[in-house]
Amino acid sequence: MRRAFVRTLVELAAANPRLLLLTGDLGYNALEPFAERFPDRFFNAGVAEQNMVGMATGLAEAGFIPFCYSIVTFASLRPYEFIRNGPVLHRLPVRIVGMGGGFDYGPQGATHHGLEDLAVMRVQPGMTVVAPADHEQLACALRSTWDFPGPIYYRLGKDDTLTIPGLEGRFELGRAQQLREGADCALVATGPVVVEAVGAADDLAARGIRATVLVVASVQPAPVEDLAGVLARVPVALTVEAHYVVGGLGSLVAEIAAERGLGCRVLRCGVRRMPDGLSGSQAYLHRTHGLASEALVETVLRALGAG
Amino acid sequence: MEARALTPTRIRRIILEQSKRAGVGHIGSALSIADIIAALYGGVLRIGDLADPERDRFVLSKGHAVLAVYAALFLRGWLTEDALNSYCADGSLLGVHPEHALPGIDFSTGSLGQGLPMGVGSALAARLQRSSRRVFVLVSDAECNEGALWEAIMFAAHHRLANLIAIVDLNGQQALGYTEQVLSLTPLDARWRAFGWDVHEVDGHDVDGLARTIASLDIRSAPPHVLVARTVFGKGVSYMERQLKWHYWPMSDEEYRQALAEIAG
Repeated sequence: MRRAFVRTLVELAAANPRLLLLTGDLGYNALEPFAERFPDRFFNAGVAEQNMVGMATGLAEAGFIPFCYSIVTFASLRPYEFIRNGPVLHRLPVRIVGMGGGFDYGPQGATHHGLEDLAVMRVQPGMTVVAPADHEQLACALRSTWDFPGPIYYRLGKDDTLTIPGLEGRFELGRAQQLREGADCALVATGPVVVEAVGAADDLAARGIRATVLVVASVQPAPVEDLAGVLARVPVALTVEAHYVVGGLGSLVAEIAAERGLGCRVLRCGVRRMPDGLSGSQAYLHRTHGLASEALVETVLRALGAG
Repeated sequence: MEARALTPTRIRRIILEQSKRAGVGHIGSALSIADIIAALYGGVLRIGDLADPERDRFVLSKGHAVLAVYAALFLRGWLTEDALNSYCADGSLLGVHPEHALPGIDFSTGSLGQGLPMGVGSALAARLQRSSRRVFVLVSDAECNEGALWEAIMFAAHHRLANLIAIVDLNGQQALGYTEQVLSLTPLDARWRAFGWDVHEVDGHDVDGLARTIASLDIRSAPPHVLVARTVFGKGVSYMERQLKWHYWPMSDEEYRQALAEIAG
């Protein structure tokens, strides 16, 4: 989504002089189109994410809409208290852009795995949290939210080629997008790992098990009614996220099921283990953590007592 | 609301009165900056209307001393007496640390090291908007322990943000000790200078001198400016001066009477 992000941002910036782009010295071979087109509105803050977010707060107070770009962990965790006491506390339109959610930077190792950003961002009141599944959904999400009055966290994937079939760039704040309809189980997924959920649903269909697939890109505000509606219709729901199972999509879905008193069993598929030092490709790490479509199918079959 | 004469003594009196009424501490920190605040709100800051986007901005990065600012806002007529008397009361916007929802407070602070980055962004915004407004950030000396402060110092110097004026309240004390014992900052002026700032060593209790120094700054083309202001923690109350306990302690009745008498001179 790197190119789609920059392409869309350039398009928005051309029409809106309030839009600025700040980076924590990352985005090689990605941010150049913006930097070249708007040299006066592009700032490399250096490897200094706390100051980047602090500055963005001062810029936003004066009327700008600054986008702060870095890799997920450095964008969300390093300056976290600056986000909390800056745009959140002041209710300002600062955009935190985390590139490479989950295991996008798999071979880079544990410091580069973005596994808790959704949790820490959605716990902040007034923070909009957007995690698109593919580049088309990102472009739509960016166009429809960029000038929203409060702060936004965008969790992006690196891949610019992945397209989720049937999603067709749909996005709406506070809504989920449904890709498959079935009453046997639900697969609720966020981010590019949606592709594994879709693959699992298709495998299950071949076995005669009908799965509803929901894409949650608007993590906050959460698509409460869409989720509750699906959870009321199925006995088992799997949440699928390249994220720790604590605090992210799995927790969100479990909260809704519990608060609504729904009988649906919620199985959270995500990262449960402590970092073990092993790195590898995104596909390898998805397999390792039970997020590949084959593992999702097995989890559904076990839950339905059919495995 | 009525404006009153804004003097350091009046600021100090309000600091003592409100601290006593509320039964809270941070008295020494507020007294330390009383003269700097008197200089800023007594004529340095160009603020006609608190809602004017072209007004100068002020960030009190050492937010725990905000009572001095409340006093100045009251004396300028921007805060009612009832509001001032709500300091630390249930449901008040006037807490121990500043809250931007209160008119006259540009940025909420309280977590040290965050004010200068916000001020740098504010100064950059003014430059981008071709505005002549200036941004003042008052930091504590111990706050210079924070790494993020130096990130901001580097960015401001690199981009030559001449409209940014930092003031360091160099009182030599921090929560658990004297700065030289906790984490030495010496030579603080040389450190800022080495990072590319225009450094001025000043007496932080000389109101006219502070105003004169600020008036002399080139806010168009120079690097960013810092006034390293030598101050005395607890200034004006003999038993508080340079005493660590007055970072936290509230006053007894006897201590309160003595303090009022001493600041009245």
